[in-house]
Amino acid sequence: MSTANWDLDPSMESTAIVQLQPKYDLFIGGCWQKPKSGKYFATYNPADESVLSEIAYGNQDDVNLAVEAARKAYNEVWSKMSGAERGKYLFRIARIMQEKSRELAVLETLDGGKPIRESRDIDIPLACNHFFYYAGWADKLAEAFPGQKPTALGVAGQITPWNFPLLMLAWKIAPALACGNTVVLKPAETTSLTALKFAEICEQAQLPAGVVNIVTGHGDTGAALVANQDLDKIAFTGSTAVGKLIHKACIGTSKKLTLELGGKSANIILEDAPIDQAVEGIINAIFFNQGHVCCAGSRLFVQESIASKVIEKLKFRLQSIYVGNPLDKNTDIGAVNSKKQLETIEKYIALGLEEGAEIFQPTCNLPSKGYYCKPTLFTDVAQSARIAQEEIFGPVLTIQTFRTLEEVVQKANNSPYGLAAGVWTVNGARIFGLSQQLKAGVVWANTYNKFDPTSPFGGYKESGFGREGGRHGLSAYLQFKN
Amino acid sequence: MEILKTYKLYIGGQFPRTESGRSYLVSSLAGEPLANACLASRKDIRNAVQVARKAHGAWAAKTAFNRSQIIYRIAEMLEARKGQFIDELSEAGFGMEEANAEILSCIDRCVYYAGWADKFQALISSVNPVASSHFNFSTPEPMGVVGVLACQNTPLIGFISQILPIIIGGNTVVVLANSKMPLSAISFCEVLATSDVPGGVVNVLTGSIDELLPTLASHMDVNALSLATVSNMPKVFEAQELAIENLKRTQLLVHDFKNQDAQGMEFITDFQEIKTTWHPIEQIAGGAGAY
Repeated sequence: MSTANWDLDPSMESTAIVQLQPKYDLFIGGCWQKPKSGKYFATYNPADESVLSEIAYGNQDDVNLAVEAARKAYNEVWSKMSGAERGKYLFRIARIMQEKSRELAVLETLDGGKPIRESRDIDIPLACNHFFYYAGWADKLAEAFPGQKPTALGVAGQITPWNFPLLMLAWKIAPALACGNTVVLKPAETTSLTALKFAEICEQAQLPAGVVNIVTGHGDTGAALVANQDLDKIAFTGSTAVGKLIHKACIGTSKKLTLELGGKSANIILEDAPIDQAVEGIINAIFFNQGHVCCAGSRLFVQESIASKVIEKLKFRLQSIYVGNPLDKNTDIGAVNSKKQLETIEKYIALGLEEGAEIFQPTCNLPSKGYYCKPTLFTDVAQSARIAQEEIFGPVLTIQTFRTLEEVVQKANNSPYGLAAGVWTVNGARIFGLSQQLKAGVVWANTYNKFDPTSPFGGYKESGFGREGGRHGLSAYLQFKN
Repeated sequence: MEILKTYKLYIGGQFPRTESGRSYLVSSLAGEPLANACLASRKDIRNAVQVARKAHGAWAAKTAFNRSQIIYRIAEMLEARKGQFIDELSEAGFGMEEANAEILSCIDRCVYYAGWADKFQALISSVNPVASSHFNFSTPEPMGVVGVLACQNTPLIGFISQILPIIIGGNTVVVLANSKMPLSAISFCEVLATSDVPGGVVNVLTGSIDELLPTLASHMDVNALSLATVSNMPKVFEAQELAIENLKRTQLLVHDFKNQDAQGMEFITDFQEIKTTWHPIEQIAGGAGAY
């Protein structure tokens, strides 16, 4: 195997377009309000550890004020407005997001560490399109659920993760508003800036005060939101452990709940697969967004007859993966989102070695400042190994082999998770056969990590319940009277 | 002399006694002793879950049309034996009119859900117009093994209204029957056993809800729960909390099962997962509109 020299001249995206304030307050009832806690915390650029801004640290009082504002907006304005009018606001928001897409993309990369190519071509367009898609549903809910008399739930509390900050905000807010709810959203503490920019967009769109409220903070701010007794709905995307705590807090209340949690998704390569395409698919499945993807194809299953060939090609391909400054348009893998997450990933890599798996990492230079991790393959991985069972949420792939389809179905389903799966084969009947057997909410056949506003997304088993996207995604924010 | 019936459990298509060898006295509404029922144990629950899991694959793999025929067959068998069920209810202290109404609505509910077997999929599936060159569709799939706490207010209509929409969609069930009035449910299992419902699809246990529900709710190989509200709601909340460990989907039912609103497609889809499948579409040059 040769080690190619892939040194490329940097092609840096300018950050001049991003206008940041030194300090951000909470967006409650249509105004920027100082936190009752009096506290602020710094948000960092994980690519170089520099401080980007200071953000308000909301507490229970702040959360309660935001829920009151959302309730008032629901009772007095949003629940009385026609679906068509609600839809117009969402269309308007979608358009402003499109107009500001470049600023949003650069900011998403600065705050979260993801490659500019991904925030520019995937995160931001998908977020805009999500608003555009759900805008059109706002006046067609009766047609979406014939005979079931759908109505809004009321006020929704929403908690989003740090891996796709604005996109996850769109997945939460767009269907909630389209269905006639008002919301209080708590973004992840490391990636709040695009949510705060979104609040500015709501202002510009003249969205009625209190329909969208953004309360920033840490985990205790989220817990305070879940604990508020005047919410009708909780929507959470994040870890399975936190999801279970939220679930517990909702028992005995009338809060409707949807959870989109972790995964350890199987990506299955059959011996008749188009191998070069499959190798690209494997790379995209695990290294997209530094592997910070709940549906990442983190468990690779290769049929034994082609295993050595696939692994050899993968190792060669890894040499040309460019890890570095996320603002560089050459970058394939940017910065890990936070120091804490980098430590988690490194802990798992050490664990893999302890468990006796064989590691492969390409030779490449990582920037001296910031949080970076080399793309990592593990072979000789036991089914029971923790690196093959637990979600790592980083650029770490475990590789296992199989002989028969029956065997791979058993191995793939042998996980508490059930979010996604990949199948690579040219045999159509086999795609459908495997797809039916795999316990996962999304199956990508001869592709991976594709998302679309029209396509329902969500898991089986401990990957959560409820769907986001498509007509199915509306149900999470409606009640039915029949 | 009258021959008295022994009421046992229904597990895997058989009528075993509880492995614990225990029983409890079931009385009529007026307090007259009626029969001894099995006081099932936690071990019985674990056995039933194992059997239900084993039966799930083949039941889910049957065609929807076939499941429809089988559920309709239940209606036929119940119709043929309705006299027996009405007598049993009247002995338990129900008025003839009430007993008659209950059994007739049970038969109606079987016919209703038989008809749904091969139709709900078309109403909740979708082909999604994604903005890329992919064929993308979403379809329902059964969740797997469902634990059921049957309605504790009615002898049979609640039980039937809960289990039919769950099994019609390809799931299998382990049911805790009405604790005070378990006899009709066990007699109904005789109908199931003669209706081509494969053994293990429906498993029914009688006994103490307080003792059995926590075991069913915490079992790691149960995918979902259907919980009818009972007088002891803290027990239901406890079950919901136990269900969190493996994120069982939990349905809380507050219906009066005699009403028409206690049936509907949503009772089926509450126990279906939505799976979305993507596949690339090859773009063929010059193909568009060329016919």
